[in-house]
Amino acid sequence: MNETPKPIAGTASYLDDRLGAGSFLKRNLRKVFPDHWSFLLGEIALYSFIILLLTGTFLTFWFKPSMQHVIYDGSYQPLVGVGMSEAYASTLHISFEVRGGLLIRQMHHWAALLFVAGMTVHMLRVFFTGAYRKPRELNWIIGVLLLTLALAEGLTGYSLPDDLLSGAGLRITEGVAISIPVVGTYITFFLFGGEYPGEDVISRFYSLHILLIPGILLALISAHMVLMWVQKHTQMPGPGRTEHNVVGAPFYPAFMAKAGAYFLFTFACIAGLGTFAQINPIWLFGPYTPADISAGSQPDWYMGFLEGALRLMPSWEINFLDHTVPLSVLIPALVPMGIIMTGLAVYPFAEQWITGDRREHHLADRPRNAPVRTAIGMSGVTFYGILWLMGANDWISAYFHIGLYETTIIGRFAIFIGPAIAYWVTYRICLGLQRRDQDILSHGVESGVIKRLPHGEYIEVHVPPAEDIAEHMRGKKEIPIVPGDEDKDGIPPKGVRGPIGKLRAKASKFYGTDHVPLDGHGHDGHDEHAAVGASDKPRELH
Amino acid sequence: MIGTGISVNSITARRRRHPLARLAVVALALGLLGGGYAAAAPSDSTADAAVASGKADDVAEGKSLFVAHCASCHGLNAEGTSMAPPLVGVGAASVDFQVSSGRMPAADPAAQVPRKPLAEWVTPEAINQLAAYVQSLGGGPTRPTADMVDPSKGDPAKGGELFRANCIQCHNFVGAGGGLTYGKYAPNLNPATPEQIYEAMITGPQAMPVFNDSIITPEQKRDMIAYITQVRGQTDPGGFGLGRIGPVTEGLVAWIAGISFMSLAAIWITAKKRKRTSK
Amino acid sequence: MTENELPGPDDEARVPRRVIGTPAQGTAVLGTRPATAEVETPGVTLPDPADARKAERTVTLLFFIAFLAGIAFIASYVIFQVGDIDSTGVSNAALGGSLTVALLALSAGVVVWVRRIMPKYNIVQERHEMRSDGDTREYVGKTFVAGANESGFVKHKMMRRTLLLAAAPLGLAPLVLLKDLGPLPGTSLRHTVWKKGMKLVVEGTGQPILASDFDSPGGILSVVPEGYEHDLNALAKATLILIKFRPEDLKAGTIKNWTYDGIVAYSKICTHVGCPAALYEQTTHHILCPCHQSTFDATDGAKVIFGPAARPLPQLPIGVDGQGYLIAQADFDVPVGPSFWERGDAEADAREARGNQS
Repeated sequence: MNETPKPIAGTASYLDDRLGAGSFLKRNLRKVFPDHWSFLLGEIALYSFIILLLTGTFLTFWFKPSMQHVIYDGSYQPLVGVGMSEAYASTLHISFEVRGGLLIRQMHHWAALLFVAGMTVHMLRVFFTGAYRKPRELNWIIGVLLLTLALAEGLTGYSLPDDLLSGAGLRITEGVAISIPVVGTYITFFLFGGEYPGEDVISRFYSLHILLIPGILLALISAHMVLMWVQKHTQMPGPGRTEHNVVGAPFYPAFMAKAGAYFLFTFACIAGLGTFAQINPIWLFGPYTPADISAGSQPDWYMGFLEGALRLMPSWEINFLDHTVPLSVLIPALVPMGIIMTGLAVYPFAEQWITGDRREHHLADRPRNAPVRTAIGMSGVTFYGILWLMGANDWISAYFHIGLYETTIIGRFAIFIGPAIAYWVTYRICLGLQRRDQDILSHGVESGVIKRLPHGEYIEVHVPPAEDIAEHMRGKKEIPIVPGDEDKDGIPPKGVRGPIGKLRAKASKFYGTDHVPLDGHGHDGHDEHAAVGASDKPRELH
Repeated sequence: MIGTGISVNSITARRRRHPLARLAVVALALGLLGGGYAAAAPSDSTADAAVASGKADDVAEGKSLFVAHCASCHGLNAEGTSMAPPLVGVGAASVDFQVSSGRMPAADPAAQVPRKPLAEWVTPEAINQLAAYVQSLGGGPTRPTADMVDPSKGDPAKGGELFRANCIQCHNFVGAGGGLTYGKYAPNLNPATPEQIYEAMITGPQAMPVFNDSIITPEQKRDMIAYITQVRGQTDPGGFGLGRIGPVTEGLVAWIAGISFMSLAAIWITAKKRKRTSK
Repeated sequence: MTENELPGPDDEARVPRRVIGTPAQGTAVLGTRPATAEVETPGVTLPDPADARKAERTVTLLFFIAFLAGIAFIASYVIFQVGDIDSTGVSNAALGGSLTVALLALSAGVVVWVRRIMPKYNIVQERHEMRSDGDTREYVGKTFVAGANESGFVKHKMMRRTLLLAAAPLGLAPLVLLKDLGPLPGTSLRHTVWKKGMKLVVEGTGQPILASDFDSPGGILSVVPEGYEHDLNALAKATLILIKFRPEDLKAGTIKNWTYDGIVAYSKICTHVGCPAALYEQTTHHILCPCHQSTFDATDGAKVIFGPAARPLPQLPIGVDGQGYLIAQADFDVPVGPSFWERGDAEADAREARGNQS
């Protein structure tokens, strides 16, 4: 093919005449996208969101967001004649009397689980490679907002069928909302249109779930994509890759096809789960009534950490001057979520303050090369993971025959000790991996070839690592340290004065000190590193 | 013969079966069990009548079985010891529940005695005799007739409402069971036969509370049995049931299957071929 | 794989190119790689045409499978009807299975296409700092100031202030509009529908309860107020658990006057966040909330013995009517369910009030 086919050329010029799309395409058709498998993880969330919009729209055609009491007379025998809300009855209708209804409903739910899971793994990738650094802090903040909104979207969504399981979640939501000091009762009465459960909450959650929150999500996701596009993607260190270029495949045709294939994979994965793995079988749960509860009631996975926090908490409550502050609800409902979300949001700025690093970064860090960050991250993951696990402590107790209280008590300790251990272990692993890199760069890799030297000695032949791997390793960047040493008059430099400044200087040294510089001499502190990154000659065996 | 009955029932406990097949199996199992009891009491019309009236030779046989297998913990006259409670007044229903589910004789004292495969000597006849003996000691709840526990005669929808009101807080909405305090647990209901379910409700074994017949009538109990057996035998229309316990396994599947699959797909899409062959 | 997939200039690194620590090996295994194919654009390596033809066959096959599976999806929609649990299962498997196969084949086809028919790319593009250059910034700054001055917003103070003034109430308006979302709490959280003489009925059957029937120690029952069996708002506060004890089991925490013949009624609504605390162990007399495992001692006024709940389950005063049916003697004297700001130490107040009565 030597020229654009007529129909395409015709349409293109029509559009260009009216929109001037040509110059945009000229700049962007061959936009380069770096290749690394982990760069695709965020797309799981993006494509899940698209599938959520499509399947969700399908569900709205039959779902009735009403708490009107009806007597079921549909085709699911064990519930015929049972009183329930119209929302629950219409969900049963979608499941059993609409062709493909059950499939789409299950796909919608699986897509929701993958949406948040995809966001989580994407966020971890961005965190551990330091891809949130300047100029991408704003996009990181958007990401944190997206994650928070996704939790709200999930909660409002799985509450809609008004079944006994999601109703328990709604009840807990109410219990948490009403515990908020001063305004708690008002918030609850406004949310539920009066006393719990009222007759409004399903239709209100429905508006939030299908209109307001997805609208904001859509806007933020678009902003997230535009910023990524404008700022160009980060890349892993490697041959020919610098802070000032981007190496990879062009958007058209290669990246487009890859992204398309990945969308289809996501779709296939969700369709496969919707076919072969039953999710949220509400007909087994029964209709909601505030009088009943099932053993083993859990929220969807992304709410599990909050559930776990509620279970771990001891029974603290303060009464004073005729008022009550139920700490046993407030602390677990707000503190872990606060630590995680606020921690994520401020991390880029805290890191900038500690390192004094205001440069742009487009080359991603390998997690081992920023050991403190990686260790903090793993410690956060452990904190989250323990809470998450404790959200299912009754199943753990029942299946592994551990006493129920013992799981709680172990969890109460683990939530403090676990993150500390995770920090230490990760830090040591990072340094170990750095040492291995250093070793490979200076001594080469074992080739498995044994050689006999002329004087009779046997040695194993070491060969230099492949160039690309070596380049990848040499991509290690020093982490800047704010100069904290006092000058000859005993006055510390600007920025590290006063108690907070001293703390900053200390933190900076701790954060940035490279214990395993690539030049192999180690433990020299920060000052001598300037030349490390540049030394790209393979070293001889010492 | 009871061995056959139990194994057939454990098949009914499996979920992915045609409901008619399941009903047929339940009916067969009931027939086998009922028939077994009938055959075990040849001189009387039904085994239950024999138990209720405490037929003399059954009682005598039961006593010798009791001395052989139960008395070491429960005492020679079922008066109880420091290790085990007295059995005077617990009734034939209790004996049948504990022995036919393999819980008694207990292997070792633990927080909770688990269901286990039946010992060699435990036959329907032996259970009848033991039950008759214990019943003769001081009365107590008697065993239900086959008609009282026939799921096909119950109304599952009504039973479901009662099940959700009274049972699922411990046994879970699909009868998957759950944890209790100090190592105790509410067992999974899937292996339980209709008769055992009934007996559990009227006798309150271990930590379970009692639901006596004047509050939850025998008809209502049969409705609950109908619900439990119908739901546990029903297909999972949405694929594999994942234990039917809801979000915990669903979350695990989303992460382990979903995210792993998507990671592998990402690796395949982005992987560079390092083979030298295609040059 | 992750670290090995970076594009390298040379894939022959597996053979020793230079042996460290040994005499030099010469050039036999080193060799610089001969340029593979004629490269038209820098960074674009075209695939071997023979291999591409082979790959095309694979892709074609995969796309054709996707086509067939797509047809199967449409056919399944027509063939398999739904309407009961088994046919729904079959329909779900057929529709979902064919959809999954179609999507998988399609995605796999595209991947093979990208990997084996499209060229390998290693294109380098320059990045530019995000910030605009100094001239641009200066120009924008100047333009902003000029525009602000031209608009007169700075100079005309009254106008500016009244504009801000006008915006304030309009900004508040949406919040005001939300007021009718619900009534104010008032004292509604302090009461339930229970009142003197109201019958206790069994949840699920609606039957009243003869005290003489509820006679097995170790028995428990979920109970709702008569006339409110299906009123979820009432049930969210008024549901009870009724437990039968041997009279000697009851301890000081339980108010004996409020029991009848060893029958005690506690609120079923957990004082932590409101789940029905309904799990009862007759051997230990523990009431356990399945949501967060708050545990209450039923013999001792349902005081908390484990878990996050901070207060006992409130006890309802019960008695019997003329025919022996269980009835309430009064409403709860403390608010049931989760704690809230205005609640205060209602238990202490209630104790005081009870003390004054007797």
